[in-house]
Amino acid sequence: MANVLVVAEHLDGKLRKVTLPTITFASQAAALTGGEVHVLVLGNGVDAVAGEVAKYGVSKVHYANSPVFENYLAETYAPAVVKAAQAIGATVVAAPSSTTGKDLLPRVAARLDAGMVSDAIAVFDDGGIKFRRPLWAGNVLTTVEVVTPVKVVTVRTTDFEAPAEGDAASVEAFDAGVTAADNAEFVSFDQVKSERPELTDAAVVVAGGRGLKSGENFQMIMDLADTLGGAVGASRAAVDSGYAPNDWQIGQTGKVVAPDLYFAVAISGAIQHLAGMKGSKTIVAINKDADAPIFQVADFGLVGDAFEIVPALTEKLKSIV
Amino acid sequence: MKILTTVKRVTDPDMKVKIKPDQTGVVTDGVEYKMNSFDEYGVEEAIKLKEAHGGEIVVVSVGPSAATKEIRTAMAMGADRGILVETDEDLDSDAVARVLAEVIRRESPDIVVMGKQAVDSDRNQTGQILASYLDYPQATFAYSLEVADGWATVGREVDGGTATKRVKLPAIITADLRLNEPRYASLPGIMKAKRKPLETLTPSDLGVDTANKVNVLLFEAPEEREAGEIVEDIDTLIDRLKNKAKVL
Ligand SMILES: Cc1cc2nc3c(=O)[nH]c(=O)nc-3n(C[C@H](O)[C@H](O)[C@H](O)COP(=O)(O)OP(=O)(O)OC[C@H]3O[C@@H](n4cnc5c(N)ncnc54)[C@H](O)[C@@H]3O)c2cc1C
Ligand SMILES: Cc1cc2nc3c(=O)[nH]c(=O)nc-3n(C[C@H](O)[C@H](O)[C@H](O)COP(=O)(O)OP(=O)(O)OC[C@H]3O[C@@H](n4cnc5c(N)ncnc54)[C@H](O)[C@@H]3O)c2cc1C
Repeated sequence: MANVLVVAEHLDGKLRKVTLPTITFASQAAALTGGEVHVLVLGNGVDAVAGEVAKYGVSKVHYANSPVFENYLAETYAPAVVKAAQAIGATVVAAPSSTTGKDLLPRVAARLDAGMVSDAIAVFDDGGIKFRRPLWAGNVLTTVEVVTPVKVVTVRTTDFEAPAEGDAASVEAFDAGVTAADNAEFVSFDQVKSERPELTDAAVVVAGGRGLKSGENFQMIMDLADTLGGAVGASRAAVDSGYAPNDWQIGQTGKVVAPDLYFAVAISGAIQHLAGMKGSKTIVAINKDADAPIFQVADFGLVGDAFEIVPALTEKLKSIV
Repeated sequence: MKILTTVKRVTDPDMKVKIKPDQTGVVTDGVEYKMNSFDEYGVEEAIKLKEAHGGEIVVVSVGPSAATKEIRTAMAMGADRGILVETDEDLDSDAVARVLAEVIRRESPDIVVMGKQAVDSDRNQTGQILASYLDYPQATFAYSLEVADGWATVGREVDGGTATKRVKLPAIITADLRLNEPRYASLPGIMKAKRKPLETLTPSDLGVDTANKVNVLLFEAPEEREAGEIVEDIDTLIDRLKNKAKVL
């Protein structure tokens, strides 16, 4: 039994899409370990989520409903993941490299006495299972080995496709046996409600930088994004200046995106920003400074004032798309 | 209140890193080092906590002897004393966490504030592993922190919005951006820091075996993107997106 366990993520009763590329990673890992892919869903009333994830070519889904899991807390989720990993004989435990995955898995790794790989972009066999991951803001790629029997991995989901839907796997209730934590409490989650697609799986992303000079001016970024059915992103400088919510931040320490089309509007192109968007298929840069480093990675650059270009571009696109 | 904060010596994040020809690491000759950016937020928050609640700030680094520089910087900002756990080995996050856990067992701080991630290895694990080893609660990606009655209330930057969590002290808090605005070390601060106590230990003094669980085997440069075309105007851009990139 050298199985792979995927910790599923869900929000508002629905599977979060970041779980799907994680399943693809898990299938690749399972092909190397000779095991099966199992999924764990923790929550309170997650039967539907368990049923949904069962359709993606996995072997089995385990779900635990409990008031203790109503809201995510590393202190209660970690022991449950550990118990599930041990129960199914997992040698690889994986989760998306989301804020939840990053918060939870190191705690799980410590408890399983396992080495951990953050942000894996590949798994392969090279005289034993190896992982590839970026560091130094994506300026270096490393090949790493984990010497412990159990390996814990967060997965950079933009580097794996979503699996196709197929026959549903069996779904089983799992008794995590976890009681409420006495040293940690969930207080609240203030969700940024949006009709737009999620940044991490949008086909188009329009991102604005500090050059936009105000939050109001971000409206033209949103208009362009809405015209193309895309998501909205921002540089850290724009977030720090209060022009955009932190949830929009793209980069080394924000989100990593890889859409088909990325617009960088009034963004200089600092390496920390590039770390989050260099994987985009087509990059368009709009910047008034012809020497801005962003033009060195852009497929198409337009030198000029964003305040003139973006609204005009949006107007023209409206008649096309 | 006794506050423990950590600093990691890292390569200057704004410098281009170069990989050694034999791909076993990065070139360190002539490279500038500084305190990990996120640790600056951690140190600043420790100082704010001391300003509000009184007490003492202990700053810890695990690294080479040269890391005394980053410890002195934190002391110049306002930390009271330093501990260097000296090693020239490339430790993984788990080994660093095991070392820090021993220091914390000796020091018994009320709260630990550290960076959420190191800007060189980008792992974002150390705080959480440490919390697990100590069986402390954790609050990662903190953008706000308030301490009262033995609990910390922490605003956290998470996917989809922000979350608020309460953790009972002692706890591990990891700093995200916007937690504060790190102060610069003043000249009098720098002078004073030179006289502040700095203890040097080794992992074996602490009884910690630093064998890594994760080894880095190979360092490679990613494929570079090539600069594309500068287009004249919006119509040309739309034409290229439609006919060349085929994304419209
Ligand atoms: C530890 C650490 C982590 C970081 N993490 C991230 C991260 O995750 N993501 C991130 O983005 N950054 C991150 N940064 C910050 C990063 O280094 C840069 O400071 C930031 O990306 C710059 O953002 P910007 O390009 O919007 O702003 P600026 O550098 O101020 O650039 C603004 C640009 O707008 C252009 N401009 C101005 N006005 C106009 C106009 N009217 N029309 C067109 N163009 C115009 C200018 O020419 C300029 O190029 C991090 C930094 C550190 C130290
Ligand atoms: C001389 C030397 C050279 C090294 N060179 C490399 C290298 O080239 N490549 C490489 O990948 N690793 C290198 N390391 C190992 C590196 O220190 C560990 O990877 C790191 O300590 C593990 O944490 P992280 O960077 O993943 O931290 P993260 O989990 O990303 O960091 C979270 C937080 O943990 C704290 N923290 C992490 N490390 C330390 C520390 N050492 N001291 C105090 N606080 C810390 C900080 O507050 C940090 O902000 C080197 C270590 C040493 C001593």
